[in-house]
Amino acid sequence: MKTIMTGLLAGAALALTISAAAAQAQRSTLDQVKARGVLNCGSNTGLAGFGVPDAQGNWSGLDVDYCRAIAAAIFDDPSKVKFIPLTAQARFTALQSGEVDVLVRNSTWTMTRDTTLGIAFLATNYYDGQGFMVRKSLGVTSALKLEGAQVCTQQGTTTELNLADFFRKNNLKYTPVTFATADETRSAYEAGRCDAFTTDASGLYSERLKLSRPDDHIVLPEVISKEPLGSAVRANGDSQWANIVKWTHYAMLNAEELGVTRANLAQSLQSNNPEIRRLLGVESKLGEGIGLTNDWAARIIRHVGNYSESFERNVGAGSPLKISRGVNALWSNGGLQYAPPIR
Amino acid sequence: MSMQSAPETGKASLWYDPKIRGYVYQALLIGAVVYIGYTMISNVSQNLARQRIPFGLDFWDSQAGFDINQALFPYSARSSYGDAFWVGLLNTLLVAAFGIFFATILGFLVGIARLSKNWIVAKAAMVYVEVIRNLPLLLQLLFWYKAVLEPLPRPRDSIAIPGGALLNNRGLYVPEPVFSAGAGLIGAAFLLAVFGSIAFYLWAKQQQAATGRIYPIGWLSLGALIGLPAVAYVVTGGPISFNYPAMGGLNVRGGITVYPEFIALLLGLTTYTAGFIAEVVRAGILAVSKGQWEAADSLGLPYSRTLSNVVIPQALRVIIPPLTSNYLNLTKNSSLAVVIGYPDLAQVFLGTVLNQTGRAIEIVGITMAVYLTISLLTSAFMNYYNQRMALVER
Repeated sequence: MKTIMTGLLAGAALALTISAAAAQAQRSTLDQVKARGVLNCGSNTGLAGFGVPDAQGNWSGLDVDYCRAIAAAIFDDPSKVKFIPLTAQARFTALQSGEVDVLVRNSTWTMTRDTTLGIAFLATNYYDGQGFMVRKSLGVTSALKLEGAQVCTQQGTTTELNLADFFRKNNLKYTPVTFATADETRSAYEAGRCDAFTTDASGLYSERLKLSRPDDHIVLPEVISKEPLGSAVRANGDSQWANIVKWTHYAMLNAEELGVTRANLAQSLQSNNPEIRRLLGVESKLGEGIGLTNDWAARIIRHVGNYSESFERNVGAGSPLKISRGVNALWSNGGLQYAPPIR
Repeated sequence: MSMQSAPETGKASLWYDPKIRGYVYQALLIGAVVYIGYTMISNVSQNLARQRIPFGLDFWDSQAGFDINQALFPYSARSSYGDAFWVGLLNTLLVAAFGIFFATILGFLVGIARLSKNWIVAKAAMVYVEVIRNLPLLLQLLFWYKAVLEPLPRPRDSIAIPGGALLNNRGLYVPEPVFSAGAGLIGAAFLLAVFGSIAFYLWAKQQQAATGRIYPIGWLSLGALIGLPAVAYVVTGGPISFNYPAMGGLNVRGGITVYPEFIALLLGLTTYTAGFIAEVVRAGILAVSKGQWEAADSLGLPYSRTLSNVVIPQALRVIIPPLTSNYLNLTKNSSLAVVIGYPDLAQVFLGTVLNQTGRAIEIVGITMAVYLTISLLTSAFMNYYNQRMALVER
């Protein structure tokens, strides 16, 4: 009888642990992040300009700044982020399973992903499109001349699908050669395994810099797809968390639009402009509405800066990539970046 | 005495009875397993429902939308995820079958070489075995992939191999046979030669057992296998032509392509597994008692015949069980193809399909079931073969 009792007790203990785990899963993401004291951010394994660790393990990039901005809004400390490097294959599973709180890993927003994976895309922090890179010596000047080419690409990406679409649409033959990671793909291309390398245009510029002789390679002019790269969270009905992630990006855009920068934050706090005063929480209680403090946006600007500052620092003029704002300019400058007003 | 002790132990005996105790423990174990299984399933389904992740195999017939370079049947981006699964599975089986075939041959050669009386041959085999067995397979695969890719020329400078094949860093291009009317006769002639050889082999063995006369089975069969189709080819007026690969545009066109990923994976799996098989073979041969060698020697049998007719048949009984596990290892190791981009089951299904559909639980489950099935089937076949080879008491 004693053994049966022990068995029952053990069983009950197990059941308790499991229901405790379930209860924890029911708590809001913001509460979990606060209790943990650190934001788990799904990041790239290494894409210069977007998410890459340096030799000391300090992460930088446009996507990385997005996560730092979320941490700044919650903790007033941009360093309270744990970056979890994810391959293209592992990223959505990591988000679904709760390993990361938010995924900002140059992931394309598509209908399939948004509706069938149990995740929700929130805000596009970079509008991209897919391109091709080839060796100059190949003598190819247009993607339409790639008949019969062997093309290296990363598996499990929208790139792989657009590639098939592009060649099918233009009635061209090609052979895909797919690899699990960006590094394997690039190194195979560099070894001459493929005629062309394809990924998002921003990624092409970044990968090109990693080649031993970047000048021997050119990016072809065609952009063959729409790649809105954005942030995603679990679609579990936690609208508070979705709002925090979404409005962090919008706050950075609104700050750029209103001319609020890291440098002039102190003066901006004294500004008479009602829009600036609302953004920085001087005369609004909007932050409390999403479970944060009212100076949430001021914290983002203080620690990370507005969208323009982050862009120029990571991928723009202040970076080796030297990508122009292009479609990522503010709507008021003819671009696509448009944030709903903070009021 | 027993009468007296019976009422005393009556109450306690139920618990101290090993049989009943055994039942109780087993019931507890089953209960625990069922409970854990139930919790896992209900936990997963609850979590999936809460996160609104659909569950099921409805994705199987959806259009895949991606291409795969090496497919053993017509596959395109318009095919379904189910087709992609079969492409991956067949590619796994293809590399496993070739790998097992070559690893067995190489392994037997190296294993026998290790026992050679020639010092250089024996030491060379030893060095091979020690190096291959002690380096991680992943490293060896990357090595072979680089070794295949790096020294080979660009398509424009392809190496022409006599017979019309081309070799470059995009793969080996071999002429593709094109069959026209009358080609069926050649196939029929080949089949006839195969069945004829088998019949002759059985007859010759019977004759040998009865009269002791040895027939040249190998040479006669080989002659029939090559000769009969050749005669048929000439008689029907040469109905097979070849589609030769040639440089066109950016790459070689025509012919059958053997991709460098396949070559590298096959080389890696073959040489690695052969190292283990060599040791199994060596152990098997050493397990045959020395008296058998001496008996064969005293009958005046030459070394090769002693090996093939006396020692190896007895060694096989020791060799087959560990050989089976090496075959299973090779098949499972083929999933390391992921690192060099060979489109096997793990790369296509567990990689791309999982990522495009997001159905992690279903796809991981199916993949595990497939590898398990392949392994169990291989194992069942080898057990059957082992039983046939086992010592039969007369």
